[in-house]
Amino acid sequence: MTSSKQALARTAPSADAAPGSQPGAARRAHGRGTPPPGPGSWRSRLYRWDMKASPYAFVAPFFIFFGAFGLIPLLYTAWYSLHNVQLSNLDQQTWVGLDNYKNLMSSDFFWGALQNTFTIGVISTVPQLLMAIGIAHLLNYKLRGSTLWRVVMLTPYATSVAAATLVFVLLYSWDGGMINWLLHFVGVDAINWRESTWGSQFAVSSIVIWRWTGYNALIYLAAMQAIPSDLYESAALDGAGRWQQFRHVTIPMLRPTILFTVVVSTIGATQLFGEPLLFGGVSGSKGGSEHQYQTLGLYMYDQGWIIGNLGKASAIAWTMFLILLIVAAINLLITRRLRKTQ
Amino acid sequence: MTTSELTPPQAPMDAAERAARDGSGRRRLMGAGKQMHAGPVTYVVLAVFALVSLAPLLWTVVAASRTNQRLAETPPPLWIGGNLFKNLQSAWEEGGLGTAMVNSTIVAGTITVGTVLFSTLAGFAFAKLRFKFSNVLLLLTIGTMMIPPQLAVVPLYLWMSELGWSNQLQTVILPTLVSAFGTFFMRQYLIQALPSELIEAARVDGASSLRIVWHVVFPAARPAMAVLGLLTFVMAWNDFLWPIIALNQQNPTVQVALNSLGTGYVPDQAVIMAGALLGTLPLLIAFLLFGKQIVGGIMQGAIKG
Repeated sequence: MTSSKQALARTAPSADAAPGSQPGAARRAHGRGTPPPGPGSWRSRLYRWDMKASPYAFVAPFFIFFGAFGLIPLLYTAWYSLHNVQLSNLDQQTWVGLDNYKNLMSSDFFWGALQNTFTIGVISTVPQLLMAIGIAHLLNYKLRGSTLWRVVMLTPYATSVAAATLVFVLLYSWDGGMINWLLHFVGVDAINWRESTWGSQFAVSSIVIWRWTGYNALIYLAAMQAIPSDLYESAALDGAGRWQQFRHVTIPMLRPTILFTVVVSTIGATQLFGEPLLFGGVSGSKGGSEHQYQTLGLYMYDQGWIIGNLGKASAIAWTMFLILLIVAAINLLITRRLRKTQ
Repeated sequence: MTTSELTPPQAPMDAAERAARDGSGRRRLMGAGKQMHAGPVTYVVLAVFALVSLAPLLWTVVAASRTNQRLAETPPPLWIGGNLFKNLQSAWEEGGLGTAMVNSTIVAGTITVGTVLFSTLAGFAFAKLRFKFSNVLLLLTIGTMMIPPQLAVVPLYLWMSELGWSNQLQTVILPTLVSAFGTFFMRQYLIQALPSELIEAARVDGASSLRIVWHVVFPAARPAMAVLGLLTFVMAWNDFLWPIIALNQQNPTVQVALNSLGTGYVPDQAVIMAGALLGTLPLLIAFLLFGKQIVGGIMQGAIKG
């Protein structure tokens, strides 16, 4: 980042000039290390107050906004999840205790959505991360036009869920769709990507994979470039071939990054919402005619804003959060175990 | 979760930069896998992935230039037809993409300015200033990244309705105005990019904190602010869940408009594709102009929005 150095060089004089009209004189008069005005003066009090208070002022916007629009709502969601809150009658909120949760536990749609979320999460995350490692490995070679390759791989990231899904809906359509048309060349019969369970779940996952593989590849690439090259040197001296170097040097060194991407992807997969919603078109919020790809995120939207039961939607949101915490805890346990065995 | 587990593995730019700088000479001699020149197989495999990455976007242009009838026929069109401008116009007018583009620009623009400004201030405080509880506050900041947005939408929806803010843009802007990721991103950058001596020198000269921010921190942070701004704009432009709940068809963002285009009962696929193209165009242009910077930003460890 050469530009930052230029920026710094440019700043240095202006920082000197900052305090007043005669910075040099002020410094000479007071000597280095002492605040300019004498102790006890209002200016020095102001100065000390500024030193103390300004860090808090600088971090305050984040905490104020996060508190108001993140933390307090989170607690209120828990509160609402214990109430009957209907979209049609927002003013009337009656206490129902754990009814919303009991309701969830006895609902086939909830368990279906949980299972769909898990299945789609696995078939979108696992191939995505594996391919990302492979692509990162290739991008890590000395390449002609390396920046161009990286930008191209990242382009799907610039496409919104909505735009990407609408394109894939057409690509996956039953008749006249590009994918079924290509399949018939290899002798595969047309697949009903919208109605069949595994077909629709695969289709939804492929949108996720398409959008995020390049992004994860770049994160892996960054981590690969930070691996010290003497590790490869000594591995090569020990007679390790390229594949062995990849397995015994690259992968172990990438472990923290892999864990990071797994956690982030898991969070993303748990919240999966836009892809199945738009993939379903008119029946989007149900996740297909048979709820075959209704995820938890979609189930929450459907219950809250289509059916209009906001209390139940709140209960779904908190259940999702608990599931995330459990997944995070499992992740943590696995890492601990891995570290111990090393 | 501790910081180290949630922290994107540090890929300090200067490490990569250093490697790139002295690499050319030393690296070539060693013959270790990592430093090898790519062979033809590598290029072929990468080209296949590049094609898969670009094909849906390129085909969007093809589909947006055809008619609905042609898109339903069996060999799908593979080349551009003559209806592109007609479809773009329909999407712009009938699909409400015109209003939506203006709205999305306002929303994403405001969110970007707010996020960059607040993240730089907080990032600077966490990187360079000493204050009580700074470590706890930083951990809290990072911890908030774990909280899914779904957990806030019901109360937010209720409150915004009560305030009479339903369907207004501030409903979408306010909850997204700050970013834990942005704060952490700026902190990581400023630790290295901003020499503490510079701040101390300014202090010695009696500069107030605000002056230091304006004359020292902002100039030093400018490259990272630009990258964070681009990443934030992409995320804000593409945000889906909350805008769909908070806004209606009368006053949509691009994503809300695309959703209603896609869920219409008589879908005109060619117009939908034109809408998808329009909605992605600003970001694709940004990629064309700043692709390198965006890639660099992601490689410093970005987070899924």
